[in-house]
Amino acid sequence: MAQALSPTTHEEATMSKEQATSTGQGSARTHGIDISSLDRSSEVMRLEDETLSLEVKNLKLYYGEKEALHGINMQIPQKRVTAFIGPSGCGKSTLLRCFNRMNDLVDGCRIDGQILLDGNDIYQRNVEVAELRRRVGMVFQKPNPFPKSIYENVAYGLRIQGINKKRILDETVEWSLRSAALWDEVKDRLNDSALGLSGGQQQRLVIARTVAVRPEVLLLDEPASALDPLSTLKIEELIHELKDDYTIVIVTHNMQQAARVSDYTAFMYMGDLVEFGSTNELFTNPAKKQTEDYITGRYG
Amino acid sequence: MGITKDSHKKHISQQFNTELSELRNHLLVMGGLVEKQVANAVQSLIGSDGALAEEVRARDKDVDQLEVMIDEECTRVIAKRQPTASDLRLVVSVAKMVSDLERVGDEASKIAKMALALVDEGAAPRGYVEVRHIGEHVGGMVRDALDAFARFDVEIALDVLREDRSVDQEYKTATRSLVTFMMEDPRSISQILSVMWVLRALERIGDHACNVAEHVIYMVKGKDVRHKSLDVAQMAIEDSKE
Repeated sequence: MAQALSPTTHEEATMSKEQATSTGQGSARTHGIDISSLDRSSEVMRLEDETLSLEVKNLKLYYGEKEALHGINMQIPQKRVTAFIGPSGCGKSTLLRCFNRMNDLVDGCRIDGQILLDGNDIYQRNVEVAELRRRVGMVFQKPNPFPKSIYENVAYGLRIQGINKKRILDETVEWSLRSAALWDEVKDRLNDSALGLSGGQQQRLVIARTVAVRPEVLLLDEPASALDPLSTLKIEELIHELKDDYTIVIVTHNMQQAARVSDYTAFMYMGDLVEFGSTNELFTNPAKKQTEDYITGRYG
Repeated sequence: MGITKDSHKKHISQQFNTELSELRNHLLVMGGLVEKQVANAVQSLIGSDGALAEEVRARDKDVDQLEVMIDEECTRVIAKRQPTASDLRLVVSVAKMVSDLERVGDEASKIAKMALALVDEGAAPRGYVEVRHIGEHVGGMVRDALDAFARFDVEIALDVLREDRSVDQEYKTATRSLVTFMMEDPRSISQILSVMWVLRALERIGDHACNVAEHVIYMVKGKDVRHKSLDVAQMAIEDSKE
């Protein structure tokens, strides 16, 4: 390839020495364009190259006698968006809830196996669940703002941590609302009730409330399914921005949404993890027939 | 994950099934027409049949029309259904195969044009054997490529890629012998040149048949084998077997 495109040596000769070394001398250039820089295949995401945030090891979950998750093994990379897809009842929400121990609240629910957050088992006896839920925040399908002002909604997490200094609260509220792309819309009415916001705004407010306590992981359980298309796109845009700072796990019934927002996709079926892979690969050439049938809308 | 020719009939949405089936059928209709155009063009040249050549020239419009129509269908399916996985590969491949088939149609039209020129100028003294031979060869490749598409059969597609190697060889040999002949008999240079153009067109048709075969492999197996050697293509196909 380098030979075939070599007529540009003239150009390379005129480049200063630093330029020549900085662009890499082996790179194939034509008309001054470095073709290899266009090759996106080098950006293909591989789980092996990622730092892990969450690791699920042989996780079984029982609701009473019924086994709802049958030994899930999964690795969720840091600062990436991982989407869970699958038909209703496949266990994707159940699995998501395990990541901040929401299932503890369900009667008769018990688990077997391990979930590691940065290498530490979150189901160990000495783990403080409140602290875990600060590190692993969750946003639900229906926006659930508290019946308080916009400001107090966002400041809530800090207040229960005992932080009451006005300067810190002000800063955090603004920063959080900005991260949730809501600041410009609400900055003049921070003391109005949060319940007066539109559904899409409420959902972004809930996201702001979640990021205010600086979590490491954001769990989103169908965050956009109750929203109109434009609000949905805003949430998706927000997810894209937030992944620079957070590990995001999203459960969605909207397959196109999973394809749009995620880096990795997990397809679950009947309590099993069927396929886990880079979203680009899974949506163009899935490895399993079950995945293929589901994402293309076939009956298996 | 490989697919079969019936796999696009199993969607929950019957409407989607219909749209994909139609897309596939329309491409096969276009393929059939193009295949016939090539055969007729070659026949018009060999038989010095001006009327047949005119017919080929006229029918090229139909090929063009089909190209536009199928392209539009592809766009519509993408806009309305957001196809994924094998469905997406089917639609994308069809959109590309359409261009290749249209180009095959153009080449056939070009051959018919040369046939008309030779009817006017008088037949060339040499070259018809080569045209018939290579014409049959690439005609078979086009048919096989379409067959591979109709049956979602990557083995046939691989055969098409293999055949192209020997067509290229035959084309080289034919050109060489015609050049020799022109040197011996400069009076016939004009006619022989026309025949050379025809051979060139046939060789291009073989290339387009290969492109179609490569798209079939991508469609069925999800492996892009363009600009790769035969061995690599074969390995890619075997890798994806389950």
